[in-house]
Amino acid sequence: MYSDQLNARIPEGPLAEKWTRYRSVLPLVSPNNKRRLDIIVIGTGLAGAAAASSLGELGYNVKAFCFQDSPRRAHSIAAQGGINAAKNYQNDGDSVYRLFYDTIKGGDYRSREANVYRLAEVSTSIIDQCVAQGVPFAREYGGLLANRSFGGVQVSRTFYARGQTGQQLLLGAYQSLSKEIAHGRVKMYNRHEMLDVVIIDGKARGIIARDLVTGKLERHSAHAVVIASGGYGNVFFLSTNAMGSNVTASWKAYKKGAFMANPCFTQIHPTCIPVKGAHQSKLTLMSESLRNDGRVWVPKTQEDAKKIASGQLKPVDLPDDRRDYFLERMYPSFGNLVPRDVASRAAKMVCDDGRGVNESGQAVFLDFRDSILRLGEPVIRERYGNLFDMYEKITAQNPYKTPMMIYPAVHYTMGGTWVDYNLMTTIPGLFALGECNFSDHGANRLGASALMQGLADGYFVIPYTIGTFLSKEILTPRIDTNRLEFEQAEREVRHTLSRFLGMKGSQTVDTLHRKLGQIMWDYCGMARNAEGLQKALDMIADVRHQFWTDLYVPGSAEEFNPELEKAMRVADFIELGDLMIRDAYNRNESCGGHFREEYSSGGEALRDDENYTYVAAWEYKGEGQTPALHKEELIYENIELKTRSYV
Amino acid sequence: MKLTLKVWRQKNAQAAGKFETYQLDKVSPDSSFLEMMDLLNDQLLNQKQEPVAFDHDCREGICGTCSLYINGHPHGPDQTTTCQLHMRSFHDGQTITIEPWRARAFPVIRDLAVDRSAFDRIIQAGGYISVSTGQAQDANAIPIPKIQADEAMDAAACIACGACVAACKNASAMLFVGAKVSHLGLLPQGRPEAALRVEAMVAQMDKEGFGACTNTGACSAECPKEIPQSVIAMLNREYLLASVASRQ
Repeated sequence: MYSDQLNARIPEGPLAEKWTRYRSVLPLVSPNNKRRLDIIVIGTGLAGAAAASSLGELGYNVKAFCFQDSPRRAHSIAAQGGINAAKNYQNDGDSVYRLFYDTIKGGDYRSREANVYRLAEVSTSIIDQCVAQGVPFAREYGGLLANRSFGGVQVSRTFYARGQTGQQLLLGAYQSLSKEIAHGRVKMYNRHEMLDVVIIDGKARGIIARDLVTGKLERHSAHAVVIASGGYGNVFFLSTNAMGSNVTASWKAYKKGAFMANPCFTQIHPTCIPVKGAHQSKLTLMSESLRNDGRVWVPKTQEDAKKIASGQLKPVDLPDDRRDYFLERMYPSFGNLVPRDVASRAAKMVCDDGRGVNESGQAVFLDFRDSILRLGEPVIRERYGNLFDMYEKITAQNPYKTPMMIYPAVHYTMGGTWVDYNLMTTIPGLFALGECNFSDHGANRLGASALMQGLADGYFVIPYTIGTFLSKEILTPRIDTNRLEFEQAEREVRHTLSRFLGMKGSQTVDTLHRKLGQIMWDYCGMARNAEGLQKALDMIADVRHQFWTDLYVPGSAEEFNPELEKAMRVADFIELGDLMIRDAYNRNESCGGHFREEYSSGGEALRDDENYTYVAAWEYKGEGQTPALHKEELIYENIELKTRSYV
Repeated sequence: MKLTLKVWRQKNAQAAGKFETYQLDKVSPDSSFLEMMDLLNDQLLNQKQEPVAFDHDCREGICGTCSLYINGHPHGPDQTTTCQLHMRSFHDGQTITIEPWRARAFPVIRDLAVDRSAFDRIIQAGGYISVSTGQAQDANAIPIPKIQADEAMDAAACIACGACVAACKNASAMLFVGAKVSHLGLLPQGRPEAALRVEAMVAQMDKEGFGACTNTGACSAECPKEIPQSVIAMLNREYLLASVASRQ
């Protein structure tokens, strides 16, 4: 039943020695040959910038592309909390194995052992590298690095730079990239969007990119293409992603033969500021750390909830015996500190019960009253002052005086382009790094692990593993962009652009994107069921029809045209939505962020290890065809599969 | 809320620009400034007119993409980024004037979007520590006093939005350059290249056409990340030391 088309190329040997041994026998490319090899890197977040600069340092010719006005703006910059590393500086029993184990368990046993172990192994080098680059991590008075704890683990292994860890890590990678640009080993293309990948003789050999300022289509060739374009959370329209975050690079790769793995695995983060009105364009995260001191509740009755929502009753005036501290009630041993997926589902459940506390009925309280009474306001201010200020700026409510309102929101996508141990996709010469691949987080990602994975892939994995492919390409001359394959790809992109511009329909890109997002949220969000998923498939088909017949995009393709950029991205989101629904429908179990209502008991997830311990990798079969499912079996040799319980 | 918007419209870098006036109804005071701009664009699109181009991305105040010179202030009346500015900071019936950053080194791309790649080139000139992947020693090998690390972090918080340049009557980039020179110069890892760095970055800054600093402090007062003016003092000190050293 498992696909023979999917070879994960996991090296032989004991788990702890796989990477070290493999690294020592990987084929190398000599320096004089590296100079003759070109590599394209798409995206300049943690994974992309780290890869581009490291590959440049090695001597390859690198071309890097980002759609933002500068590589420093990639959305990795918005990560708040921190980055995990098994340094064991705190002497609290941490180890590479423990980080590996926590990550596999946190992912609800749906990730690959060998990849995750390697991630844990290289995590320590990341911290060394970043400190050497000048990343100003938090320090103790003795001058050594400080750590803090994060959700789902019992050790202190998280390194941080205030609430701006992602920013500082990205600036480290950006500065390293800038150094390579200055040395002429990386050529940077800002405000460029990849609109197709070019395949020649079965190998990825280049891209079609659009210069977003002039609108000009460009052909760029290379011996290998590396995609590090981030996650696809914006398929939901409202998410914590940046407005420009998109799936286009990975989706074009999918349509050219790269399999898409576990696309339905999305992470819904429990503590975000709730949707306020139709004007809302994005959602803002409030750090997970708040759940250390905040208590989550809704009123016990719908009646009280209505009074609070309409402003007749102040939440602070509702006595404790009429409040339902539902996380503490449902999960007495973990209380408010259950993992993200569990907390999110519980919040949805009480809101579905009609006890949500804002006008839309989609909000619960996160209350600091008891902590303020116990510890005093100054302590709370010291711990969370910047978050409280940010909350007040957005909502105009003072969380020291009245409980915060929060609700789950789409935050991260664990699914993504299928890759083997070398991070190569099913297209030879095409690699995928960071959030855009599927490999390390299974069905649920632990806090502070996204930064770790992006930098691990970029700094410490791809510089080695790309040699497995490029060592066989040293005799390949520079790829000619006048080849037919480039011409054809460019023609298709041009055709799509002019189709959008020529339609002159009545609906804007945002209108249709919002419709798509609503369907995805309602039927493929925090809870899914077979009936709803089937219904959603038809609804998506309808949105897709509207998109291709009734869209209005102003202006021309030969100018700076943000509406046209959005149209190109949303076209891919709609197709991705269809695949996510198929994937969610296929997976008849609940695991991590994927919760199928039919496969649960008393609101708790029921995983089916017997039938679903596999990676679902989807192959594009052509326009209007049903995608084909390939299964990669997940083999656990070192870890015993267990049910996660938090009661 | 009802608003009157005076928005700078400019087809491209070559074209002449002008203000256009738009009326906007039903603006929620809870919406962010950029969501108000979304509403304006929605209205324009429904009237089959060209929407206003403006830069934005994370909408959480950290990526530095959003700009806009609002009623005479970069990022508007509050000391925050435009994406974190909310309409409740304005009143019903108010007229709001919206311009792009105005600086020779930041040419207009279209309407309110400008080209800030000059900042990238300044960083490329020397705003980094030359360490290749794999060369690092253990992260705890060099202790750094907490106060010094915190000061470096204060400077490193710069988001390169360009508000400092937009606020300055001379369009000077000294706060931006000072922030990077301070961030790296305060850390022991950054010292070996400190002199080369400051000279190269200042030379590039001048080459890009940014103006001179006259210490009015407008940059720091308008900076959404509250980068202190002291980074300019450090920049001047480092520059002086470097030029004395290179003369020797």
